Amino acid sequence: MSAKPNRVGKKPPQKYSIFSLAHQAMQKHTGWQAAWRSPEPQAEYDVIIVGGGGHGLATAYYLAKETNVGRIAVLEKGWLAGGNTARNTTIIRSNYLCDESAKLYGHAHQLWEGLSQDINYNVMFSPRGVLMLSHNVHDQQVAARHFHALHLNGIESHLLGPEEIQEKVPLLNMHGRYPVLGGLYQPRAGNAHHNALAWGYARAADQMGVDIIENCGVTGFMIKNGVVKGVKTVKGVIRASKVGVVAAGHSSVLAEMAGFKMPLESMPLQAFVSEPVKPCFNTVVMSNSVHVYMSQSDKGELVIGAGSDNYVSYTQRGSFDLTDCTISPLIELYPFVSRLRMLRQWAGIVDITKDRSPIITKTPIENLYFNCGWGTGGFKATPGSGHVFAHSIAAGEMHKIAVPFGMDRFTTGALINEAAAVMH
Amino acid sequence: MFIIDCPWCGARDQSEFSTHGEAHIVRPEDPETVDDTEWGQYVFYRNNVKGWYRERWMHAFGCRRWFNVLRNTASDAIATTYVPGAPRPSLPEDT
Repeated sequence: MSAKPNRVGKKPPQKYSIFSLAHQAMQKHTGWQAAWRSPEPQAEYDVIIVGGGGHGLATAYYLAKETNVGRIAVLEKGWLAGGNTARNTTIIRSNYLCDESAKLYGHAHQLWEGLSQDINYNVMFSPRGVLMLSHNVHDQQVAARHFHALHLNGIESHLLGPEEIQEKVPLLNMHGRYPVLGGLYQPRAGNAHHNALAWGYARAADQMGVDIIENCGVTGFMIKNGVVKGVKTVKGVIRASKVGVVAAGHSSVLAEMAGFKMPLESMPLQAFVSEPVKPCFNTVVMSNSVHVYMSQSDKGELVIGAGSDNYVSYTQRGSFDLTDCTISPLIELYPFVSRLRMLRQWAGIVDITKDRSPIITKTPIENLYFNCGWGTGGFKATPGSGHVFAHSIAAGEMHKIAVPFGMDRFTTGALINEAAAVMH
Repeated sequence: MFIIDCPWCGARDQSEFSTHGEAHIVRPEDPETVDDTEWGQYVFYRNNVKGWYRERWMHAFGCRRWFNVLRNTASDAIATTYVPGAPRPSLPEDT
């Protein structure tokens, strides 16, 4: 690996603080630097990350910060973080059932807690608590099983009764078609700002010399004797010693370019935001039985998530059928929402595995790594995913947290079955 | 939302149908003789194509019969539907 690129002759990167804000205010905000450069690609890098979403940018950041990898580039087909990073409902939690998941999502959750300080960018992480509702006896049994599994893994959570829930979420209809019998509450969970996460990682990575190259779609891989040598892009060929692909819904498309298949299906996952209203909803509330998730953004919009459509599609739209299946229970649970207009509806293309756990893996091509399969829940894992993936790529061996998430589990049968655990 | 032309019943709204993934995946004839790699490919690995894709649908709230659909996953446009056992229709020219 070559030495880290130096920035001799360039202005030192700005540090964001109350003092820099005051300083800039005095000069009428004319002195802010661009948060990251827009360089042209070099001919060769030590590591290329394909995909400039949250996970890809986080990978680049931790590669630059914590490993001895020198020249790093992130190639993004469109614009930075314009895919699922900008299309999710920003929920952050780590209350997963399986031991392997508890380690991975727990690692991510811990990184979230210090992230704004680490990358000197306010990601607006708000640990306001996530509540998962139970509507029937089966839900309650599942919640209790979850609670005990979480307890064994050292993840704090609480089983709440109807009175505690009503107090926490006064606008919730407790006695409608989906009566609320109880819930599982993780107080450390919450949400954050999706763009801030991507921009913060991009800026911090850029300051350490990572080239972030937008509008640079990858069209193929250069592979010689089963070893990856670089990528073909719309901006020409770029050589690389190692390539990490973090392409979410398009992972199968990239795998096909490299000549293998992935155990994935790409499906639209819808979300909605309402017109902004005054603060009225200070917890993230999920209902896995009826597939409705809701929180309130700092702007006041209600952010609403749904289940995914279950046919393969890359359209970023989703079906009207599923919109209807989301809005109906939403209004049952929160009757006040019926008076609100929805400002926007969209879908992100999520790459779903059969066990609903991600794939962080080596591939049949040497020095080509894939990080994908995050399905409907990738945003919360962004820092942890990037961190373990960066260390795996740098070392050439999978990080110990990532080992169980290899694609070989679909051959050995050692699945990490979060599908049975949550079923969404 | 799309309209699906059930080969048994005619054109109906998508909400009448359930979807069951990639078509023409054949179960290994003798599961006892295939190795884990081949079995894993059969159970978990899919082509997941961005473009024309052959997939299985079932008219769940209609005749409850199965059929295949040739649909473009990049646009959701449906080229044709065909009954199981019928010859595979060729891929439409991309326009």
